[in-house]
Amino acid sequence: MRLIKEKTSIDFLSPVRRRIAISISIILVVVSLISLATRGLEFGIDFTGGVLLEVGYEGPADLEAIRANLAAAGFEDAQVQRFGQPNDVLVRLPPQGTSEAAEVREHLQATLEANGQKIDLRRVEFVSAQVGAELAERGALAMVIALMLIFLYVMLRFQWKFSLGAVAALVHDAIVTVGFFSIFNLPFDLTVVAALLAVIGYSLNDTVVAFDRIRENFFLLRGVSAEESMNISINEMLARTLITGLTTLLVLIALLALGGESIAPFSIALIVGIVVGTYSSIYTASATALVLNVNAQDLIEPVKDSSLIDDLP
Amino acid sequence: MNKYPTWLNALVFAILLAGCLFALPNIYGSVEAVQVADNDGIAYDERRLEEFVRVVEAAGIEPEAAYLQDGRVVIRFHSTADQELAGERLREQYLREANVATTLAPKLPAWVRDLGLHPMSLGLDLRGGVYVLLEVDMKTAIDSRLAGYEQDFDDRLREAKIRHRLDLDDQSVLVRLTGPEDLDAARTVIQRADPDLIVTDGADGKSLTVRMSEAQIRERQNFAIEQNLTTLRNRVNQLGVAEPLVQRQGVDRIVVQLPGVQDPNQLNKILTATATLEFRLVDTTGDEPGSRRYPGRGNEAAQVLKRQVIASGDQIIDAKAGFSQGQPAVFITLDSAAGERMLQTTMNNLNKPMSSIFIETRRETVMRDGVPEQRTVKIEEVINTATIRGVFKNNFQITGLTPMEAHDLALLLRAGALAAPVYKIDERTIGPSLGQDNIDRGFNAIKIGFLAVIVFMLFYYRAFGLIANVALFSNLVFIVAMLSILQASLTLPGIAGIVLTVGMAVDANVLIFERIREELAAGTSPQNAINAGYEKALSSITDANVTTLIAAIVLFAIGTGPIKGFAITLMLGIITSMFTAIVGTRTIVNIVFGGRKLSSVPI
Repeated sequence: MRLIKEKTSIDFLSPVRRRIAISISIILVVVSLISLATRGLEFGIDFTGGVLLEVGYEGPADLEAIRANLAAAGFEDAQVQRFGQPNDVLVRLPPQGTSEAAEVREHLQATLEANGQKIDLRRVEFVSAQVGAELAERGALAMVIALMLIFLYVMLRFQWKFSLGAVAALVHDAIVTVGFFSIFNLPFDLTVVAALLAVIGYSLNDTVVAFDRIRENFFLLRGVSAEESMNISINEMLARTLITGLTTLLVLIALLALGGESIAPFSIALIVGIVVGTYSSIYTASATALVLNVNAQDLIEPVKDSSLIDDLP
Repeated sequence: MNKYPTWLNALVFAILLAGCLFALPNIYGSVEAVQVADNDGIAYDERRLEEFVRVVEAAGIEPEAAYLQDGRVVIRFHSTADQELAGERLREQYLREANVATTLAPKLPAWVRDLGLHPMSLGLDLRGGVYVLLEVDMKTAIDSRLAGYEQDFDDRLREAKIRHRLDLDDQSVLVRLTGPEDLDAARTVIQRADPDLIVTDGADGKSLTVRMSEAQIRERQNFAIEQNLTTLRNRVNQLGVAEPLVQRQGVDRIVVQLPGVQDPNQLNKILTATATLEFRLVDTTGDEPGSRRYPGRGNEAAQVLKRQVIASGDQIIDAKAGFSQGQPAVFITLDSAAGERMLQTTMNNLNKPMSSIFIETRRETVMRDGVPEQRTVKIEEVINTATIRGVFKNNFQITGLTPMEAHDLALLLRAGALAAPVYKIDERTIGPSLGQDNIDRGFNAIKIGFLAVIVFMLFYYRAFGLIANVALFSNLVFIVAMLSILQASLTLPGIAGIVLTVGMAVDANVLIFERIREELAAGTSPQNAINAGYEKALSSITDANVTTLIAAIVLFAIGTGPIKGFAITLMLGIITSMFTAIVGTRTIVNIVFGGRKLSSVPI
């Protein structure tokens, strides 16, 4: 069975298509940045600090009544929303100042049970603003360090033009994925940061595999222009890129559908990231390297891991 | 062509077998149990095991299994009712000695246990429980030490007849003198009190600023953390929780994790309980007015003690374990006021006995008619009685202990007075129903995702797809085996990491198989195409995996809590998938297709 015919020769990198692709990428990035600047992100309490309760009611929950009860009890700024099933409710409060967590918790529980309904406190989280700020800082730091290390690795294995191309693709993927969360107002928590790093890893995986083939073809196909050589490489890797993307999407859709509400933002971030990452490893990475005028001369001393291959009998 | 030597085939199968063995403990599920652990961490032996089992059997309960594990006794039961009754009986009988915790224990057969195998350990988000992050107030820890110095300087300067005024100011003690002529004398007095202190001259020429050195500050901070950790551990042990975790995090934080605890309020009381220490003279006549009898801690004898307190815990500024004339000892440092009183007392009571009393107020859960009841208990116990052999004041020692006891006593004394207050900065409670839901959902996602990938691979690559599927399944087994060996906590993001690995692990096989197809399309013979496919795809696979590994390692290094769980499964998944997808599938391919004439490749 084959997804696409045996030998494709799509001219991915023709000047016209390249321009269209770069335009699309720029538009996506700009829209994402504008949304991030104006709408911002719906940060979870991991980053903002505050109180979060996941409550299971015995029957479908009446959100309006819960809101009214909370407001009457002095929690005017409580956010109440459904969480997955109709019986489940998520209540969020800003940091509660100096009050003792135990008191706030008891007060909240009493309030939520006000209408004689029994509740199951499935999850209660008190996060101070200080811890929130720290987690946000560490998340950002992780992204920067990962990108730097990846830049170095690709530079060692290939060359700086490829490195720049790869990192450009990764930054593009990260910005568009975060932008997606901003535009659709999806909750952005710690697991999304983890997903972003996984997206970076995945997208890079894709890019590096394409680069590997490009390098191979640079030497194999002498006298062919860099653009053409890259085009051939991308075509050769197209089946693999699509199949791996597909299997990964299959499991992520399973995770989104079955994994429950709390892991949903993570799944969405990965799904968006992998779609964008697949596109970017075809276009953004190679196009950037082309813009930088990459050619076979740049790879005159390739760091070939022949030792690795010799290990296999 | 395409033949592995027999030893390599054997090695691959041996590794697979080992993976299955280590993953095995996870298929048995868990069962209600009671875990008994000695409060002082002493390992139990067979004799004690039998003793506990007899207590349980005396209550008319037939245990499902009973065994020793890491020095603790685990008794498994057939029902929750049995478990609760047994837990109650054991707690009644061994309240002082042991931590009796009702818990869930893996239902491993004896032979699996004897091999020392464990199932994966589950994170709090999967088993339910309380997580608390505490911050130790380091500034107060330093300030309280400086306040101690201030008292001491005041004493010494007065003794040396140097007129002075002392102030605490921004992590330093400011010594104001009447004129520059006293500077040298004051500096000498202060340096004699503690030569490690940093003394600098004030700008006005008639004052001194005294600071603690970097080393002293670090030592003081470590002291504060260590003391709080000890106190918290001791307290948490009273909760009856199996496998509690009290751990230092970073410079000034303490993590407390209590699996299975549902009510963080219970925890709050424990964390905020106060402990202190007192020194009193022994009433040798036994009939002085106001004298009282105090019980002894452990093997320590009970004593009748006088009413008057010579010194109390909040006046102890330090306690260290060490040696005095070859004997293990605890060195105690009192502040000057208490030191003065100690001097007077020892001068007037040479060769008379004095006792140290440990006092703690805490909440205890008591079982009354099968109903747990909370009450506040004040515990006052004699921990040491010694004869006064000489006159002393601020600094003195308690001897007559083993080195271990001296160490513990020093820790206990320090635990008596909080070196620094702790604040709760993060608290998360996960209910047991949510934990179970998370497990069910996570494993469902793995099952369905795995099935989807397997069906796809089978249709797309036929026989080779089947081989890749075997590799994918082995990969899951290896991840579970590695998690079981490392005893790294599996979290919900960790399960997500496994799901992601299932999707990504086939990538290596896709790369290889596509390459084989390319080679076949180019007219290469079947055996050569298989060989070339594996060889030429290797560098791409390595590069691709190393880059993902970089992201995972960064995540592991910087991430916290559940995110670390994701990073761990991702890292393990990448490493094991490299093995199964490259070496694993090659082994099968070689056995099935290698060394014979092929007219076509079923790919």
